[in-house]
Amino acid sequence: MSKPKTFGFDTLTLHAGQQPDATTGARATPIYQTASYVFKSTDHAASIFNTERTGHVYSRITNPTNAVLEERIAALEGGVGAIATASGQAACHLAIATLMGANSHIVASRSLYGGTHNLLQYTLPRFGIDTTFVDPRDSDAFRDAIRDDTRLIFGETLGNPGLEVLDIPTISDIAHAHGLPLMVDSTFTTPYLCQPFELGADIIFHSATKFLSGHGIVIGGLLVDGGLFDWESSTRFPVLTEPYSGFHNMRFTEEFGPAAFITRARKEGARDFGACMSPTTAFHILQGMETLPLRMEKHVANTRKIVSFLNDHEAVEWVSYPDLPDHPDHALAARLLPRGCGAVFSFGVRGGRSAGQRFIDKTELLSHLANVGDAKSLVIHPASTTHHRMDDAALEAAGISEGLIRLSIGLEDSDDLIEDLNRGLRAAVKG
Amino acid sequence: MRLTVDGQSVFVYTGNSEHIHNQSAVVFIHGAGLDHTVWVLPSRYFSRHGFNVIAPDLPGHGRSSGVGLNKIETMADWIIALLDASGVEQASIVGHSMGSLVALATAGRYPDRCRSLCLLGSSIPMSVTDELMNSARNNEHAAIDMLTYWGYSTQAQLGGNENPGLWMVGGTLRLWERARPGVIHSGLQACHTYEAGMDHARAVRCRTQLILGERDIMTPVRYGRELAAKIEGSQTTIVKGSAHSLMTERPDEVLDALITIV
Repeated sequence: MSKPKTFGFDTLTLHAGQQPDATTGARATPIYQTASYVFKSTDHAASIFNTERTGHVYSRITNPTNAVLEERIAALEGGVGAIATASGQAACHLAIATLMGANSHIVASRSLYGGTHNLLQYTLPRFGIDTTFVDPRDSDAFRDAIRDDTRLIFGETLGNPGLEVLDIPTISDIAHAHGLPLMVDSTFTTPYLCQPFELGADIIFHSATKFLSGHGIVIGGLLVDGGLFDWESSTRFPVLTEPYSGFHNMRFTEEFGPAAFITRARKEGARDFGACMSPTTAFHILQGMETLPLRMEKHVANTRKIVSFLNDHEAVEWVSYPDLPDHPDHALAARLLPRGCGAVFSFGVRGGRSAGQRFIDKTELLSHLANVGDAKSLVIHPASTTHHRMDDAALEAAGISEGLIRLSIGLEDSDDLIEDLNRGLRAAVKG
Repeated sequence: MRLTVDGQSVFVYTGNSEHIHNQSAVVFIHGAGLDHTVWVLPSRYFSRHGFNVIAPDLPGHGRSSGVGLNKIETMADWIIALLDASGVEQASIVGHSMGSLVALATAGRYPDRCRSLCLLGSSIPMSVTDELMNSARNNEHAAIDMLTYWGYSTQAQLGGNENPGLWMVGGTLRLWERARPGVIHSGLQACHTYEAGMDHARAVRCRTQLILGERDIMTPVRYGRELAAKIEGSQTTIVKGSAHSLMTERPDEVLDALITIV
């Protein structure tokens, strides 16, 4: 026998998680639009409920279409398993609620998606979970913020909207030295651009609404377990190491080894919180993921052209994109993101808020909306939309100036995008 | 639960149930470098159906202390010591891969202690390639890659897990990555140097079943059948489409087959 040949990334984006349907031979993943599943007998039912046999009980917990998507993202990330959720926010919440309860603490990058910031800053404290926000570029700040009740270190692979590159190897070392897992939101990079588990992360979540889907027609999230964190050596996670009375005293680390976290997230979190993904949504996301490598390659190529154009334009005050040599994380990005730094970036128009508004109002091809990662190019003004709940101090801390404009570059002809940008910039300059 | 065997602390998974006096016992023996978690589903089934489940982490593996044993016969002796420590006179012995050889040696050398025997992914010989052995000796990740990918059928390497949402290849890689240095090598060495298999097969006196994967390239069906031919009255179940990692690729078919023999 020669050395095993493993399947490549592009092959896995098309095939991982799916075997042609045994009954019909369907090549595409069928949409199993069903709430529940018929048992063969009372003992068969009991066996599935008691985790003796495999199978589906109820689509809030598992569904065959969702299972294909879950396996596919786990394969692409190099994890042990995943759970498809109703949104990226639901995936983030599921992870946090699985790992901790009241009187717990999170250390998080302060450069986060506005929705995540809301969850950590305003909502979770009502349930006894506090967060200390730190500068994502200051690894010592992560270390200094860790407390006895800390249960998680958290950041985004690329900060939103400042594109701070999270130094995953360094921060994961800090987390692990304190018996803590590192969770990253990898939405902006997808597994095509960044493999956080290889860099040291333990848990990944995605808003699958974005680049993974690419079409902007569904809302969905994915939570992925790397199976790497040693929950038992840490003394901080009795939820995984001690008997769980909510499931006949199941001990997750003892019974499921590397899959302890994702198994508890499903058996408790999917069951009780119920933020599940529709199987039709899973189907749509799967269609998008089949072209992920092709799309990400063009997203990055287009973005590089647009960044170059803006960087040379007299109406543009600054451009922030880690590919640029003057970006503070340029060297780190070259190391962690060799295939590119994604397709979301921000820039400032000379003239501040009013110039920025004129720019957005004049563009025609760019869609003004609150999303990123679509095949179509998008534009937004974060200070008045996605991050509007943050006060001035928080905005400044997150690196969001009043005139900052965020672009998500799509797959159009780059010349057409440049023409549209030029139209907007001319309007911004005219005043 | 924890037991002391040969002076070492041993972890025994029981299917998350307390043992009940006078219930029949079933022992599940894992393969080289692995641990009891490969038996979680059948362990939970049999513990709910009136059996005392004994799924140990072999010495040096998982949660058990000690060092990995490098002879199949030594491991069979250890299984008997484990039965003694458990207060069990006779049990069904189930083993997978290296564990199947341990089960065979136990049944062949201690026929009075075995009520029935089930060998999964088994063959005599169970030789190991030089490439794999050398990688394991050097604790290289390449050994884990070989064991993992050779252990799954091509289709299973792409997924389609019957256990929803879990990536089979990823889970297996992570499990082997937890093995302590030298443990995989000692297990592979035990498999490679086991020469008394056919003699032990002829000495088996209990009901026996072999469960073999149709696409197993590590313990091919052809060699499994030759082993079965040496065990009087044995039955063989071929699991279509599956390779060596039977309990992961076809957990329900494996359980159905186990129910007929345990």
